[in-house]
This record gives sequence, C-alpha cells and structure tokens, in this order.
Amino acid sequence: MAEVSRQVTIALAGQPNVGKSTVFNRLTGLNQHVGNWPGKTVEQKTGELSYKGQLARLVDLPGTYSLTANSEEERIARDFIIHGHPDVVVVVVNTAALERNLYLVAELLALPVPLVIGLNMADVARRRGIQVEAHVLAAALRAPVVSLVASQGEGLRELMDAALELARNPTAFEPSRPTIRPKHKTVFDEIRALISGHVSSPYTVDWVAMKLLEGDAEVGDQLRATAPAVWEEVCRRLMQHEDAYLDIAGGRYEWIERMVRAAVVRPKPGVVTLTDRLDRVATHPVWGLMLLLGVFGLVFWITYTLALPVVGWLEAVVVKGLSETLMAVLPSEPSWFSRLIINGFVGGAGTVVTFLPILVVFFAALAFLEDVGYLVRAAYVMDRYMHWMGMHGKSVLPLCLGFGCNVPAVMGTRIIEDCRARWLTILLAPLVPCTGRLAVITFLAPAFFGGAAVFVSWGLVAANLIVLALIGIAINRLAFKRAHTAFIMEIPLYHLPNARTIGLFVWHHTFAFVIKAGSIILLVSLLVAAFSILPGGQLENSLLARLGRALAPIGHLMGLDDWRPIVALLTSFVAKENTVATLGVLYGAADGAGLAARVGATLSPAASLAFLVVQMLFIPCAATLVVMRQQTGTWKPAIIATALLLCVSLAAGIVVYQLCR
Amino acid sequence: MPNRKRSASTATVFTPLSEVCAGARGIVRQLRGGKQFASRVTALGFTLGTPVVVVENYGRGPIIVEARDTRVALGRGEAAKMFVEALHG
Repeated sequence: MAEVSRQVTIALAGQPNVGKSTVFNRLTGLNQHVGNWPGKTVEQKTGELSYKGQLARLVDLPGTYSLTANSEEERIARDFIIHGHPDVVVVVVNTAALERNLYLVAELLALPVPLVIGLNMADVARRRGIQVEAHVLAAALRAPVVSLVASQGEGLRELMDAALELARNPTAFEPSRPTIRPKHKTVFDEIRALISGHVSSPYTVDWVAMKLLEGDAEVGDQLRATAPAVWEEVCRRLMQHEDAYLDIAGGRYEWIERMVRAAVVRPKPGVVTLTDRLDRVATHPVWGLMLLLGVFGLVFWITYTLALPVVGWLEAVVVKGLSETLMAVLPSEPSWFSRLIINGFVGGAGTVVTFLPILVVFFAALAFLEDVGYLVRAAYVMDRYMHWMGMHGKSVLPLCLGFGCNVPAVMGTRIIEDCRARWLTILLAPLVPCTGRLAVITFLAPAFFGGAAVFVSWGLVAANLIVLALIGIAINRLAFKRAHTAFIMEIPLYHLPNARTIGLFVWHHTFAFVIKAGSIILLVSLLVAAFSILPGGQLENSLLARLGRALAPIGHLMGLDDWRPIVALLTSFVAKENTVATLGVLYGAADGAGLAARVGATLSPAASLAFLVVQMLFIPCAATLVVMRQQTGTWKPAIIATALLLCVSLAAGIVVYQLCR
Repeated sequence: MPNRKRSASTATVFTPLSEVCAGARGIVRQLRGGKQFASRVTALGFTLGTPVVVVENYGRGPIIVEARDTRVALGRGEAAKMFVEALHG
C-alpha cells in the first residue's frame, strides 16, 4: 500500500508575492514547460523532477488571494484542484503576512485534497521581528508545516519529503478545518439537506453548500442546471442570508487567529521599518513621480551604455560574418535565390540577434526593480494618471516592458485582472516607443538634424507618449464612458534582490521574444525579401516598389515624393528597426554614416521630421499583432490597433509636414 | 470599547476609509459596493471587525492601508466604499 511507483502530481498554490515561483523554479530548474491553461489566456507552468527515486509532476497554479470564482485565475486554480486530481497541494505562504496568507489555506482545506504548508520568506519575517514556530502551527492545523527560505534553497528537501509522504498516505490527513459561525449554521444545514443526493463526485456536499451560501455564481449555475427545483428552494433561503459571505469570510479569519495564536511572536507596534522610510519618498505623489522619472532615466542610460557596444560587435562580426559565409557558400546562380536568403534570412535573424543585448540588459534592470518591490510603488504613483486613460495602475508594468519590446508588453498585460483595462493596455502598448524604433531615430536623427538631433529624439519620444495618453483618454471618454476600474493592489515589503529570480525573469522574457517574435520576424522578413525580388528580380520593378509608388499620393502630402522612404516604412512591419536596413538596400549604401547622410540629402527638413513621426507612430509590427491575438483569443485588438495607428501616424505625418514646411 | 450592536442602525457614524487621515486607526464596520468588491477585499484581510491603519492618504488619488500585516493600495473610489469606526488615541 505504501509503495507509490507512478508519477505523483503536486499542485503548487499560493497568494501573489509569496515567492511561489521561486519555489517552483528551485524545484524544477529549467526542466519546465510554459504554456496556457487549456482554452484560457492564463499562463500555465508545469515541471518535472525526480526526488529520492520518485518522479513528480509539479503544476504551478495561478497566484490567487482566494478560491471564489471572481477571476479566471481563481477559477482555474480551484478547477485544477477539484478536477485535475493532484495527489497533494503545496501551499506557499508568506510568513511576514501569515494571517492573510492562511486565508487561502482555509479555503483549500474545504477541498478533498491533502495539503502541505510551506512557510516561505521566514528570513524577511525575522527581520521584521515576526517569528513563527512551524511545529506549533503544524500541531494547531494538524497538517505538515515546513519553514522555507526558497531564495536560498532552504527547507525544500523537507517540503518534498512532507509532500511525498502525504501522497503515499493521503488518508493520514485529518486537519483542523474552519467551520460555519453559529449565526448561519442553521441555514447551512438546511442547504446541505436540500442538496444532498444532487451533488456528484468529486464535489462534496459541505463544499457546495458553503459555496452556495457564499453566493458563488458558478456553483449556483451548476445546481440550477442539474436540479432546478432544488435550486429554487436553495435560492429562497439564500435571499434571507445575503450577508452570509461576509460572515463566512469573518469565520475563516477567526479560525486563522485561533490557529496562529500560539505559534506567532509579533514585534512591538510602532517600529519604523526600512519600508516605511523608503516609502515616504517612493509613494509620495510629487517625490514619487520625480523618483520614477529618475529611475527610468537611469534604466535607459544603463541599458544603452552596456548594450550598444555589444550590438555593434554583433553587427560587425556575427551578422556580417554570417552573410559573407553564406555569400561564399551559396551558388551565385540564380541570383534571386542568394538574395532571398541573405536579405530575408540573414536580415531577419540579424534583427533578432542584434536586439538581444538591449533586451537582456533592459529586462535585467526591470527585473531588479520588480524583485526589490519598486515596480509596485511605480504602479501606485501612476495609478491616478492611468485612470484618466481608462487603464489601471498595474498597466504601468507591462507598458514599461514596452520600452524594451512591445511583444513582452502585450504578454505582460495578463497581470491586469480588470478585463477592460487589460484590453485597453493591449491596444495602447504598441504606442510605447520600443528599442527598435529608438534605434531608427538614433541612426537617422543626427544626419537629418545635426546638433538638434538630441532634442528632436526626445521630442519624438515625448510626442509618442502624449499621443498614447490622448488616445487613452479619448477611448476612455467615448467608448468606456469613463467607467470605473477598481484599484486594489498589495504593496509588498521591500526586499533584497535575488540573482536567480532576476536571471529567470530575463531568461523567460528574452526566450519569449526569441521564440514568438523571432519566428515571426524571420517569416515576414523572408516574405518581404520575396516581394522585393518578384516578379522580375529587380528591386525597382518589384511588387514592393510598385506598392511604394502606388502610395506616393499619400507620401506627397507629407513631403515624401520619393517611393523609397515609403517602402522603408512599410518594411518596418517586419520589425521596427528594419527601416534602416531597407533604406540601406534602396539607397545602395551600407549601414554606415554615409547612408543616413544620403537619405537626409533627398528629404527636406520638414519631410524628414514627418518621416520620423510616421515611423514612431506606425502600425504595430507583425510579432506584436500575433501576440495581441494570442493574449485575447481574437484578432479584434490587432485589427483595431492597426487601423487606428495607420490613421494616427499618417495624419500626424501630414500635419507635421504642413506646419513645418 | 467599540460596541458592535449599533452597526446596523447608525451606519452614518462610520467614516469612509478615504477620509481617514494617514496614521489614524479604525475598525472595519461596513463594506459597500457590491458582493464582488466586498469578497475581494475580505480575501485580502478586510473583514468586518478588522483593525486597520491608514499608512498614506494625501487627500487625492489612491491610499495605502495596512491590515493583518499587509499593505494594500486602494483606489480612492474603493476606499470610499469601506466604512470604519475611527479609533482615537
């Protein structure tokens, strides 16, 4: 009986900000799969590990504060525990906020699955003067409790031992469970009597009765579908007890207070902590905003100082070397074939490779800010401004990622629970000037504007963000009728950054860029290369050139009488920085300073400015559009963003040219 | 000592959390704004009878409140739906 040779499934549950992903990463290493929950847009991480000869599959549940069916994440977590039949659930809790964290434990205990509790961040709690005796808490809960410092790898073996022990012997799990307060005990028993016989496994009568009393819509709908007559009876009772859910939540906390009473030593009140002192500046409406601007200035400075030399090296050595090697290896006839490979393949791959250093440094800086707890403060400081635009304080985080690359920005919007705010953030993310666009400006602006280039560049970035804000405000007023989005966000304590966490954040986001954006960039790059060769093999008569000439009337309005810059703009659909490469091909010059000067010479100053404005505001790149569709499950936001930005960028280009000429 | 019995009839004596100054303490007495909102904040620890401290309130924009060892940022609109009994001293 005690022998378990098959694979054990362990579900990892926990509230946000408890270091759950650190536990997951420590246990599985890089042996993990990231995908989506079936049919959902929520990320699913699973991993495998072998511990003392036992194979285990680890499923990381979404971080949720409770298991009511309020959000998609909560529904996923609870459905997996009920229908996914994990052998054991490991709940990671933050020792520094034990009571609140045990709320999720109180909810999990109502489900028929054995539970191991990992008291994580024991070191952070100790520094705050909070001490928790794991064995005392375990005795009160009658469930295994293990002390952890996951960032240092402490306690993970004991955690696995306890989890596997329970998986082998689940009947030994007889924990203390929260009960319904006397005030609602009678109605609870009545509902139980009504529904018994109408509840099918794996649900239990107690759990369904409690969820009905809490007004859970999903459980209610199920009962209505299977037993309408019973549902009517239940409904009548629920009507008289509409406040029951508050009482049940209160009851859970009362039970929690009883559980922790003997196990926790608390600090004296009134101690001013480091977090208090830092937050006097970081969350102040004025100083906080100043600090935010300063921090982001610093992030960009570090990113470009560290990454640009590496980019230059990659361009000069790796990309050039690759194209020279291919040139030597590929047969010279037919010439269109080698041109397709070199322009399409090397161009596309080169774009991805030269992009990596900037992304890695930028994401590392952002991961550092996230890990110490600063980004949450940034969201708090920015919340009121984001609300004007119909977004949410939490929108700040993905939008920041957008300065690196719009692809992870769109993917990052999944942290915003509010559906409307998430949708709008996805729609507006392409307006954040990514490193691709910034690269184009830094290359062309000096040739176009000489000494004034710095001011023009900053002006363009500022204009971009102003357009973002204006569109946000307009959509909020016109489409959303200024509907309110709730802002409720935990502010975790500041803590020391962990190199491993930062490394995994960088790995995760860079990997996503290479896989998702990289493959699309390569594909579209090949397509555009084909369009520039077909039908006759000459660029001047190609489909691409014909399209550029067909668009000349629009170009004329913004001073672009030449078809070549128009084609360069079109190819930025592959990836924003492609504009420069295309100009290089079209003007027959290498990427050196000569190219920028040659382009500048053919355009009037007003037209150059208009060109850069359109370049900054132009339609999202192909990779961003594909990720928009992945995140929302529909092409709608991708189509709307393309149409919107096409109109906005062309209008802005025309206005700028007509005003400046 | 706070008296629990008066909560239903004299709801008006309770102050919305948005109007409590930074540093002041209170006890959560009433949650308005619908079930979904109330169930979200109770999961975060703001159940009826919970002592809270307002950490930051600059009179405009979101506020920060501490309850059960957790700091939570609340939009002004959200804080206006949570009523507390102010504690003096």
